Amino acid sequence: MDSTIGLILVQDGVINGAIYALLALSLVLVFTVTRVIFIPQGEFVAYGALTYAALDNGQLPGSVWLLCGLGVAAALAGLWRRQVSARLLALTLALPALVLAVAIWAAPRRLGVAFDAALTLAIVAPMAPYLYRIGFQPLAEASVLVLLIAAVGVHLAMVGLGLVFFGPEGWRATALPAPSLALGDLPVPGQALWIVGLAIALMLALFAFFELTLFGRALRATAVNRLGARLVGIGTAQSGLIAFAIAGAIGALSGILIAPLTTVYYDSGFLVGLKGFTAAIIGGMAAYPPAVLAALAVGLLESFASFWASAFKEVIVFTAIIPVLLWRSLRHGPAEEEE
Amino acid sequence: MSRLLHAALLSAGIALAAGGAVAQPIQVGVTISTTGPAASLGIPQRNSIALLPTEIDGHKIEYTVLDDGADTTKAVANIRKLIDETHADVIIGSSTTPASMAMIDVAAEKKVPMISLAASARLVSPMDDQRRWVFKVPQNDSLMADAIAEHMAKAGVKSVAFIGFNDAYGDGWAAEFGRAAKAKGIEIVATEKFARTDQSVTGQALKMMAAKPDAVLVAGSGTPAALPQKTLKERGYTGKMYQTHGIANNDFLRVGGKDVEGTVLPVGPIVVAAQLPDSNPIKAQALKYVNAYEAANGPGSVAAFGAHAYDAGTLMAAAIPAALKKAKPGTPEFRAALRDAMEAQKDLVMTHGIATMSPTEHNGFDTRARVMVVIDNGKWKLLP
Repeated sequence: MDSTIGLILVQDGVINGAIYALLALSLVLVFTVTRVIFIPQGEFVAYGALTYAALDNGQLPGSVWLLCGLGVAAALAGLWRRQVSARLLALTLALPALVLAVAIWAAPRRLGVAFDAALTLAIVAPMAPYLYRIGFQPLAEASVLVLLIAAVGVHLAMVGLGLVFFGPEGWRATALPAPSLALGDLPVPGQALWIVGLAIALMLALFAFFELTLFGRALRATAVNRLGARLVGIGTAQSGLIAFAIAGAIGALSGILIAPLTTVYYDSGFLVGLKGFTAAIIGGMAAYPPAVLAALAVGLLESFASFWASAFKEVIVFTAIIPVLLWRSLRHGPAEEEE
Repeated sequence: MSRLLHAALLSAGIALAAGGAVAQPIQVGVTISTTGPAASLGIPQRNSIALLPTEIDGHKIEYTVLDDGADTTKAVANIRKLIDETHADVIIGSSTTPASMAMIDVAAEKKVPMISLAASARLVSPMDDQRRWVFKVPQNDSLMADAIAEHMAKAGVKSVAFIGFNDAYGDGWAAEFGRAAKAKGIEIVATEKFARTDQSVTGQALKMMAAKPDAVLVAGSGTPAALPQKTLKERGYTGKMYQTHGIANNDFLRVGGKDVEGTVLPVGPIVVAAQLPDSNPIKAQALKYVNAYEAANGPGSVAAFGAHAYDAGTLMAAAIPAALKKAKPGTPEFRAALRDAMEAQKDLVMTHGIATMSPTEHNGFDTRARVMVVIDNGKWKLLP
């Protein structure tokens, strides 16, 4: 191994690490605000990538029907709980209808990558808050274990539906337009710049959101203490919806970013999500900066492991979690679930 | 009037009952992987089952198709269900080697012939008391590996880097190709693994390129096998590329695009059926299947994997008339006779080759079951 190979591996690790970092961030966000371990995060990546690839190929993605179905189900769930408002109906019925109309009109016209990316976000991201309204809001006070099982259920359902919508074969998409650079001997593809750049921009945006806006502070308050937040008049259900919406959008965006780099399958999301989850765990499921650093470490470890011992790549990546967990439990003692 | 009607109904009823007694339906149990990681095999196979004959010699053939999701436990539960509940006379499935391996015990225990759609030679060799009941329609990997090694030797390739799936398919190929390459004096300079859903194989690609091989062989199935090749191209590899017959569907060409031009691989003759000489008996059989499949599922939809299910049907249909002479469907004698009749098939023309079975050979394909093709302008082109 010479320095060029080392540099290329580092570059590959950073690109993957940036995606894992985005996923780790949204996992931590969703967990701290709603206590849901959001297993379907990976499916949002796969749906984002496949929806984007379908639009890129001039086809109407099947996921748009899921969006409509989930929207109607979310509206019915609202009716059932007697929380009907014009806003709810606009968000759960009018929005999917509008997206569907735009998608049907735009899909055969191939309006370019920027439009496709925006439409993909509009199709995939709202599914997360709908899922929250349908599945997780009624369980908001349940234990972490019950929420985890619900999340696993959503994951399995989304993988199965993904096979129906996108078929068993993989898809690739056109890269976002960008010049490729050369750092010395090392060629840097344009898509890599997009991934790392957008990841950094999103992290800064999340930081600003939490520090500077009222919604962001409400989310943080909910994360710190749900009961206390309710007592001072913060709608915890509202916070959950926002957290899910952000997670859905980040998942879909990650999918759009990786679709030109690799072939994505209906079931690709789980492993990607799991690596983000590994990073979030190493970060303690509570803090953002450690999760981001851990995600970069996971990406680098994966990249070098695939060079040195490709047969054991996943083994190496996932066993890395064990010493970290040991160290954490020795240092902090076993965590008790707060009630 | 009412008496007349009564008599008419009665005689119709008798005729129906008599007809039923004469034409006892033959039950075919199918378990394939239409979901899960092998869905790209299972879905065209399911579509092909729909093209199989529904009546042979006056006996209706009834198909029960179950999905096992490429899960060994599920496959075993399915074959038990098919045998115990639908009283299957013959089992077709499953799509993958591990699932088929797990099913052998049950097929042998219940003495029901089973036709596997998975590739590994271990399914039917070494022949023993259990494998007596198992037949296999896809070509052995060794047949394909020999073809690749032969082509490499002819093209002057001295060293090869190998990258395969980290599952039964990749491991099987690593072993088979290692043997075939050694026989031809070709050195394997790197052996790498990757996973079907990997996002990046940059590390493996760099390691293979550092070994400076004359050629690279990718052993993967379907579209995932395009990723190593695209990465190698991206990193500036310009040597020869070989793939296995696992990629022979149009989705691979779609995903691979320009980066897979010039790739050489062995395939079953069906993939290039239209380019075969008219003297080849496989051509007519393969085109019949292609036309029937595309009429039902749209133009360009045909995949080589689906044809294995059709071949299983051909083998079964060829054996049924002989078995019907010996016993009635639904009896243990019929199932044993069906097994014997399958084993007695000689020069049976299928879409993937011409099979001659024997008590020790339950695949029966020879070199007529493979051709070498090259990817040329986004199409499979037959090599002479």
